[in-house]
Amino acid sequence: MKFDTIIIGGGLAGLTCGISLQRHGQRCCIVSSGQSALHFSSGSFDLLNCLPDGKEVENPVEAVERLKLQAPEHPYVKLGKEKFEELAGSVVEFFSQAGVSVTGSACKNHFRITPMGTLKPTWLTLSEQVACEHGDRLPWKKVAIFNVTGFLDFYTQFIADEFHKLGTECVLREISFPALERLRKNPTEMRSVNIARVFDKRENVDELARVLKDGRGNCEAIAMPAIAGLARTDVLECLEREVGTRIALLPTLPPSVPGIRAQQQLRRAFEQAGGVYMLGDSVLRADMEGDRITKVYSYNHGNIPFVARDVVLATGSFFSQGLVALPGKVYEPVLGLDVEFVENRKEWYDMNVFAAQRYETFGVKTDNEFHGLLNGAALSNVYVAGAVLEGFDAIKQGCGAGVSILSALFVAEQILRK
Amino acid sequence: MNLQEHNVSDNNFEQCIKCTVCTVYCPVAAVNPDFPGPKQAGPDGERLRLKKNNFYDETLKYCLNCKRCEVACPSNVKIGDIIQAARIKYSEKKFKLRDFILANTDLVGTLSSPFAPVVNGVLGLRPTKAVLDSVLKIDHRRVFPKYAFGTFESWYKKNEAARQSSFPTQVSYFHGCYVNYNNPQLGKDLIKVMNALGVGVRLLDKEKCCGVALISNGFIEQAKKQAKMNIEAIRESVLAKNMPVIATSSTCAFTIRDEYPHLLSVDNADVREQVELATRYVYRLMARQGVKLKFKQNQKIRVAYHTPCHMEKLGWAYYSIELLKLIPNVELTVLDSQCCGIAGTYGFKKENYKTSQDIGESLFRQIEACDIDYVVTDCETCKWQIEMSTSKRCEHPISILAKALE
Repeated sequence: MKFDTIIIGGGLAGLTCGISLQRHGQRCCIVSSGQSALHFSSGSFDLLNCLPDGKEVENPVEAVERLKLQAPEHPYVKLGKEKFEELAGSVVEFFSQAGVSVTGSACKNHFRITPMGTLKPTWLTLSEQVACEHGDRLPWKKVAIFNVTGFLDFYTQFIADEFHKLGTECVLREISFPALERLRKNPTEMRSVNIARVFDKRENVDELARVLKDGRGNCEAIAMPAIAGLARTDVLECLEREVGTRIALLPTLPPSVPGIRAQQQLRRAFEQAGGVYMLGDSVLRADMEGDRITKVYSYNHGNIPFVARDVVLATGSFFSQGLVALPGKVYEPVLGLDVEFVENRKEWYDMNVFAAQRYETFGVKTDNEFHGLLNGAALSNVYVAGAVLEGFDAIKQGCGAGVSILSALFVAEQILRK
Repeated sequence: MNLQEHNVSDNNFEQCIKCTVCTVYCPVAAVNPDFPGPKQAGPDGERLRLKKNNFYDETLKYCLNCKRCEVACPSNVKIGDIIQAARIKYSEKKFKLRDFILANTDLVGTLSSPFAPVVNGVLGLRPTKAVLDSVLKIDHRRVFPKYAFGTFESWYKKNEAARQSSFPTQVSYFHGCYVNYNNPQLGKDLIKVMNALGVGVRLLDKEKCCGVALISNGFIEQAKKQAKMNIEAIRESVLAKNMPVIATSSTCAFTIRDEYPHLLSVDNADVREQVELATRYVYRLMARQGVKLKFKQNQKIRVAYHTPCHMEKLGWAYYSIELLKLIPNVELTVLDSQCCGIAGTYGFKKENYKTSQDIGESLFRQIEACDIDYVVTDCETCKWQIEMSTSKRCEHPISILAKALE
């Protein structure tokens, strides 16, 4: 199977890289071992919320230079300020062309509402979700918070308590009608996705609109879990038109309906541009010649190898098994690339679960062009992108999505420049 | 008491991190709330069943065994296998005539084929359907596949056996029940395509139904017996005669390669890599040896490829799609990979009919919206479902290729 580039990993980084390459005339194949972490997305993408020294970031573009001293191996340091600014500035347009509409700016973080009702800084938010301008108040004085009866992944009381602290008055309401009651027969699987499927049917959207209209009282906005349609994308629009009130979709606990829609839309964009996406397959080994990978072999394809000029490793972090931790070491299981970690396991973690955890910064070592290193030497046609990279703490620094997107775009540029 | 012995499973259920991605992609959970969903039915339930048998839940029978949960799982948990293995181990074994008839495709085919015109006529009649529905609980809305008059095997032995053995390269063809009893033309098309590539098509010394319907209907001992006989015949072909085995049915190929060792404990490790789908064999031959198929300069043909569930699990839709692209003037659409709902004998059962049609609904809608001559797919039961539920004809990629050859 001959391709220009083979991308191992089909999440945010792999898809971003693949779409970019396809748009520039390449023929790519993405091999993905199962679905990606986008299924747990908040519906927002972070660029840089906090520096390693704990200082909060308002303007990521301005702050990025300070990473040089504090986290010299950070992927953003490898990009440099100018490249960082240029790539970050292109993402809204890039996503919009792929059919994923987002708002936000790399020069000013806005705030997203978390599933617990608190506000956290972020870079881009899916257009159907709420992007708040300020971190200490909501754009509404009084909100009606609705939840589907029996839906356990959305905590209205927590949200109301937090909203109250931010100066917003709340009333709590429930949504219940026969099409939803039917789902309660199976309480453990009454998840966001199954509820969202109910709202793929027009008649149920009409019913929901009636419930919202009846229950909103004199509130200026309605908040409800992000369960507005899985296959359809116009549910929110329909609801707002019918109800005549601003409706804020709040993230739920996973699985995330907006995240799944984003994943599916990015995959569609990649395939529509001519890319081949192979799901549920695992790359097992690669043939090398000198400092190049010549062929890649997978479980499903056995003795029929993938042959490509370049290989991108975008396999994600520990969750996606792009990195594997043993008692004494951390390794990269697909190509066996060099991984940065500390020998002494006691230094991997902090006993305070809310403190920065050092293992978060472990990852594959690369040169400044994101070539993967093997035994200390750069492989000339192997690039690394996304969460599998070393040098950053996605949770504490709030930079996971940004690293995935920007490193993927940068790798695509490197491949196209050759 | 050794607690550990109650915690050991052959399946990797302990790899599950409870992320629920499987439920997102389960076609049954999407339409039928009576099914507990793959996470609960699979790894979550397994943990409990290992402690005590009576945690087994009969609703596991709603699982289609499509394996889409396994394809979606980011932790490589064999969710579908866990569910099927639990059904084999714990489900009540009550003999049901209906399930026996549906599961024994081989036997029923042998009985029907000599009287095909009569059987086809009678099965199409409303009173027959009413009886099947009320007595056997085979849904009256289901359209039955037609039986062919005379089997593929008998045709082959009479007309082709001698000629095929004269080719320098040969493969064995696992034709499956469908080609043998319902659609011998697909077998003939395969011979045409393979011969055009210089490869002769032989039959296995003995071929039994792959057993997929026996497994799903709980006839495990019989399935094991047939699996062992098939693997013996495949060994004879692969190891003694150096002839790899190809199939045209994605489900037969998948069952022989993966279900035999995983569900029936029939070891196939020495021959597994030599059992594959025809389109993959053809793709490899063309890629490695540069052999080319000569096509007619035909008129435009518009097709849409549907990826069957077991094809999705095998990961081999790519080969069928790439071969279709070789046909001159072909306009190819790849449909979203989703379950059509029939899952072999599942959709024939009265209690599953609605679930089956609800699952397929969005696929049918997508097909109807396409301006195409054919839907193309590698699975025979998908073909029945698509032809019954849409206005389009459905063909195997090998048949489409054969038609386009010079």
